Formats: sequence, C-alpha cells, structure tokens
Amino acid sequence: MDFSISEEQSMLADSVSKFMENDYDFERRQKIAESDDGYSKKLWQTFAELGWTAVPFAEDDGGLGGGPVELMLMMEQFGRGLVIEPYLANVVLAGGILRRSANAGQKSRWLTPLIEGNLQTALAFAEPQGRFNIADIKTTAQRDGKGFILSGNKTCVLNGGAAEILVIPARTSGEQTDEDGITLFAIAADSAGINRQAYATVDAQQAADITLRDVKADAAAVLGEIGQGFDTLQDVVDEATLAVCAEAVGIMRTMHDKTVEYSKIRVQFGVPIGSFQALQHRMVETLMACEQSQSLLMWAVMLDTANKAGTQRAVSAIKYQIGTAGINVAREAVQIHGGMGMTWELDISHYFKRMTAIDLLFGNADYHLDRYVRLSN
Amino acid sequence: MNVNLTEDEIAFRDEVRKFFAEKYPADLRIKQDQGITLRREDTIRWQKILYEQGWFAVNWPEEYGGTGWTPIQKYLFANEMAAANAPVIVPFGVAMVGPVIYTFGSDEQKQRFLPDILASNVWWCQGYSEPGSGSDLASLKTKADREGDHYVVNGTKTWTTLGHLADWIFCLVRTTSDVARRQEGISFLLIEMSTPGVSVKPIITIEGDHEVNEVHFDNVSVPVENLVGEEGKGWTYGKVLLQHERTNTAGVARSKYRLDNLKEKAAQSIHDAAPLMSDRNFARKVAAVEIELKALEYTDLRTLAAVATGKAPGPESSILKIKGTEIQQSIDALFVEAAGYYALPYVPEQYVVDFPDEDRIGYGAETKSSLRYFNNRKATIYAGSNEIQKNIIAKHVLDL
Repeated sequence: MDFSISEEQSMLADSVSKFMENDYDFERRQKIAESDDGYSKKLWQTFAELGWTAVPFAEDDGGLGGGPVELMLMMEQFGRGLVIEPYLANVVLAGGILRRSANAGQKSRWLTPLIEGNLQTALAFAEPQGRFNIADIKTTAQRDGKGFILSGNKTCVLNGGAAEILVIPARTSGEQTDEDGITLFAIAADSAGINRQAYATVDAQQAADITLRDVKADAAAVLGEIGQGFDTLQDVVDEATLAVCAEAVGIMRTMHDKTVEYSKIRVQFGVPIGSFQALQHRMVETLMACEQSQSLLMWAVMLDTANKAGTQRAVSAIKYQIGTAGINVAREAVQIHGGMGMTWELDISHYFKRMTAIDLLFGNADYHLDRYVRLSN
Repeated sequence: MNVNLTEDEIAFRDEVRKFFAEKYPADLRIKQDQGITLRREDTIRWQKILYEQGWFAVNWPEEYGGTGWTPIQKYLFANEMAAANAPVIVPFGVAMVGPVIYTFGSDEQKQRFLPDILASNVWWCQGYSEPGSGSDLASLKTKADREGDHYVVNGTKTWTTLGHLADWIFCLVRTTSDVARRQEGISFLLIEMSTPGVSVKPIITIEGDHEVNEVHFDNVSVPVENLVGEEGKGWTYGKVLLQHERTNTAGVARSKYRLDNLKEKAAQSIHDAAPLMSDRNFARKVAAVEIELKALEYTDLRTLAAVATGKAPGPESSILKIKGTEIQQSIDALFVEAAGYYALPYVPEQYVVDFPDEDRIGYGAETKSSLRYFNNRKATIYAGSNEIQKNIIAKHVLDL
C-alpha cells in the first residue's frame, strides 16, 4: 500500500497547478466564460501542446499512457482553477469511448486530431426522459442498407454546441431501458437532420440539446460491436464520474481555504469573524469533509479496475460523498462569506455553481447511494 | 499510488490470522460474541497471551518491547484482531501511561514500570478529569504538595474508567498554584491505588453498569520518585498522551467488524419476516455509514503513512477521534434499530456468564444493543469532547 505519487505524476500535477496559478486567474476565466465560444480555443491548443489532452490515451494511439491517478491529479487542479475548457467532454467522455471502441481507422480519423487539439467532440449520454439512467435510450438507429438511420433526442450534451463529432448511443434493439441493444455511433455534427440548440449551463460550461431526425450514419460510424455499447458507455461515464469527483475535491479545498482566510480578515463586532466558535466549528466540519472526500477519492482511484463491480461501487461511494458532504462545504463557504458569497463578482459563487452542477452530473447523491446499495448485494 | 498488499504483508496478515484462530481462547470468543462483560482475569489472560507472542505493545519502540511493525502491519493487525472479535485491549497502561514513561520517564522508572505494563501484571487507570474540570482540564485542582521526599496529594478525580480494578493510577496534579498560565504548575504523578487515603466510589452510568468511578485522595503520601519527568511539565506530557489516545479512539477496524456483523444479522430472515436489509431506507442508512467509514479508514491510513515518514500524530488525530466516534455511535443506533422491540427489555442479567438459554429474551444479543448504544454515548464526550477536538483543530490546523 502506497499513497505517494511518482516523480512523473508529481511533475504533471505541478505543471497544471502552475498554469492555474500563473495563466488562469479568476478574472481571465470570467472573460473566457463571457466570450462567444464560452471557452478559449487558444488555451485549448495550449492544453494540447502541454500534453494534457494526451494524458489518458495509450502511447500507441499518440497518448501518454496515464491512468486514473494522473486523471485525478489533473482534475483536482482544474477544479481549483475552475477551468471551463471542455476537457471532460473531449478527453474523458468522447475520448474515453474512442479509446476503448474505435478501430485503427476510426482512431486516426477522430482520436488523433482530438489529442492534437484539432477536433472538438462530445458524448450524448443523456436523454430527456432518462434522468440519470444511461441505459434509458429512446433514440433509435434503424438499419438502412449497410448503414443506419438515427432519430431521437439528446439533452445537456456537454460541449455539444462546439463539437464537430458527436458520439451518440442509440438503440438498435431491445426495450427503452435495456442494457443490451445499445450501439455507439460517431457522427459529424453538421450531418443533415441534426438540430442543435446550444446554451451555457449555470456553471459557465457549454452544452446543447440535440435532435436527430432521420440522420444517416454509414457502417464506418459504428464504434465497437453493434448492440454491445452499454458496457463501454458505462465504463466511460464511471471514469467521468470519478473525474468530476476529483475536480470537486479541488473545488472543496479551494472553497474551504478561501473561507478560512476570509474569516480571518472580515471584522465584525470589532473582531475577525473567524474568532467566533460557531463559525470555527463549521469550518472544522468543512475541513473534515475535504479530508474524508480526499480519502475516498484515493481509495476509488487505487482500486483494481479489473474488479468492475468493486470499481463501480467505489465510484458511487465517492459521488455520494461529494453530493452530500461536498455540497455542504460549498453551502458553508457561501454562508460564511455572507453577502459577498452571494455576488457574481467573487469567485466563491462560481465555485458554488460548479459544485451544484457536479452533484447532478452522472447522477446525484440519492441516485448513487441507491446504486451503491444495489452493487453491494 | 497503489492499494495492494505486498507479498510480505499478505504473509504477515495470514500469520496474524492464524494466531487469532489458534490462540484466542474459545471461551472468551463465546463471551465476546454473546455480549457478556469480561472479568478482570479474562482480560488479563488474553493480554498475557498477546504479550507471550510479543504482540501486546503494538505501538511501542522495539527497545522497550514493542513490535517495530510498519504502519501497514499495525493496520493489518488491528483488522485481524477486530475480525476475530477479540477483546479491546485496556488502553490505560500500554497505550497511555507506557508511552509517557518511555518518552519522559527516568531509566529507573522505565525499568520499574514498563515490564509490568507489557506483561499486564499491573492494571492502570487514568486520573485526569475532576468534578470541576472536564473540558477545561487545565483548571484541575487536585494538589500535590512537596514535603521532603514525598508529595501529599489531596483532591478528587472522576470518570475513572475501571478504576475499581486498577493497581495504579496516573494523575495530573497541581504542584504549583502561583503560575502565570494555568497549564504551568501541573505535574504527572504515578500513585499506587493501595496507598492509604485513596478511596474509590462507583458511578453507575446510563446503561446501569459500573464502569467508571470517582477516586478520592485524602492526604495521600506519594514518593517523589513517582513523578514523571520534570515538576510542572505534566501538561505537555499529558497532551502527548491525549494525541495517542485520540489516534487509538478512531476504532476503524472495530467499526468495520461491527458494521459487517450488523449487515449479516440484518440480512437474515427472523420469524419468517423479510430481512431488514431488503428495506430500502435501512439499507441506505447502512450504506451511508459504510461510505463514511471507508473514508475514515483511508484518512487513518494516510495519517499512518505520514507518521511512518517521521511525523508525530499531530492535531489531525482530532479528526480521527471526531469521525471515528460519530461512526461508532451511528452503528450503535443502527443495531438498536435492527433489534426493533427487542431493544426494549432491560435484562442486563442475561449478559453474565452461565445465564440459562431457555430464559433468554430475544433470539441473540438484541437486548444488548440498547445497552451498548446508551453506554457508547460516552465516545463523543471522552478523551476531550468532540467540541473540544474542534477547538483544537480550529486553533492548530486552521490557525483561527
């Protein structure tokens, strides 16, 4: 058992951390958020040049061969910096599918440019009726000669507006919530029959609702086996869940630290408010929530991924923790900042909104506690 | 980062497991499983078995008879001991006064006291709290006045756990009243319970048991060689002890065992009813505690790993105390919930040896669940209440 990270891992974490400190301050982040694209294309290129977009991919595919530990270290730092560049959507979600399911030709067509920072992608894992159940897929893909015709609705597709390639789970057989019969397709976003309604989300990320009406997909658009896409989809969503939990731990630590610092300088009744025991004990609670969450995250990240049920259970455990204790850290940070915590001007409110979004993404605390129970039996 | 045990660690775990399977006496195991309170001689017998194996003073340095184990080995040992449902080691000697003596005591004191602590020849108890000094421990008033080659001790200590079974007591006493800070002028004194003027009065607690006591000192004469370290430095020594105590009170391994035990029981169908674990609300409560406990297990391991690199257990140990005791109490409450109506009969006589099975109320130890639940409300109060722990973290970690 070993909690230390390797020198290479430490260098990676340092490089992201330094970048956040020197090149991604809150003011710049806000400017980017208010820009037309909602993220910086220039910085996305920088991410690629620094090798960050290559981290989780195999060396044979042009990646750096990183694993869950590397992803955790980066996401924690992205959380601290409140990064809005579409790392999760491209690298973890769409890239996660391509890494697992794409054949050589598909990889050179889509994964290579993704790693190089030249292709925007998205994974449309959610449907309007499905809530958090990723097997709930009404979008159909019907045989049409050698290809398929897709119809259906996808919601809250992260990076869905900017994406040039959409990875779309669609039903080729089975009932609405069956795990069998789900096929993964990679389709150009400008294909005929695709209508995209792009919007910013409350946490300044970019997403889109997407309608597919008789969209044609050729055989080369199919990623992996026909009807057998669910396991891959689930693995990728679990990995993404772990990634946002790591991001959340970075956010929680930042909110906690900023709150403690603020309580030392904010003077009321002639004394710093941090001298009040009622507030001290609450900040101790948030410290403990940070430590406990960090511990669960390390546990989940270190688990042997070959034990699938065990990994899924651990992912649900940490996601539940973030949705309960983590959300409490965010609420306390706003409360102790008082009126200032309510302002658009201060970063605290924006960290709060990202925590709110992370709780909902891939299933909230309630959903994951049920899943944890189910996987325990 | 990796979570896997090395081959050596696996071999060690198996060796420990084998030891508990072979050397843990069956009669004690039965008592433990049935919730029967152990007698003094039961505890000593078990602790001597551990001593003979060389595994009693897990945390002591090797030169004083400790194991020299790595943090992971200690963690594995604690897990196996809990999984065997072996008795909790009485901490006052080996985990509390022992480390103070080998850290701050004289060579003469080390030779005199440590071997008997190791061999469980002497039963120790703790004299910290007083009727007027609980959370505000530095306000303690028990006086030790120097008269020639001895101190004369007067005052009262309270909440003295198992003091009625003890041979010796370690005390924080005031040796100087005229001090700038109340923490000064406190000394760490070892007192034999059989000394004239020492009297023990039982305190019956919420569950009806005699576990704690009031200990009175009426002109008790204590030789000066029983002073540990320097006069007036007792507060510093006592704090070191408390940090050890808090690390130990996380009780992660024991909570893991108890939670598994709860799940096992709740998965059974009793009187043809559906198992309680199939109730979604109950299963969710169990899951929430299990997740918090898994987090604490890794917080504990992270702390151990830090200690292994040479850092002493610092104020962070307060986190372990707070979370560990909260989790224990959550599990206590779940056992009561699982027992249902069987948590209500007050039948403590069922938990003494040789109670006839045919007279037993309940189908197992369900009627013990409420007694344990009541008794363990102490956990968030003792060793510095959880509110005091939060004060410590606020001051020393958050720098508020």
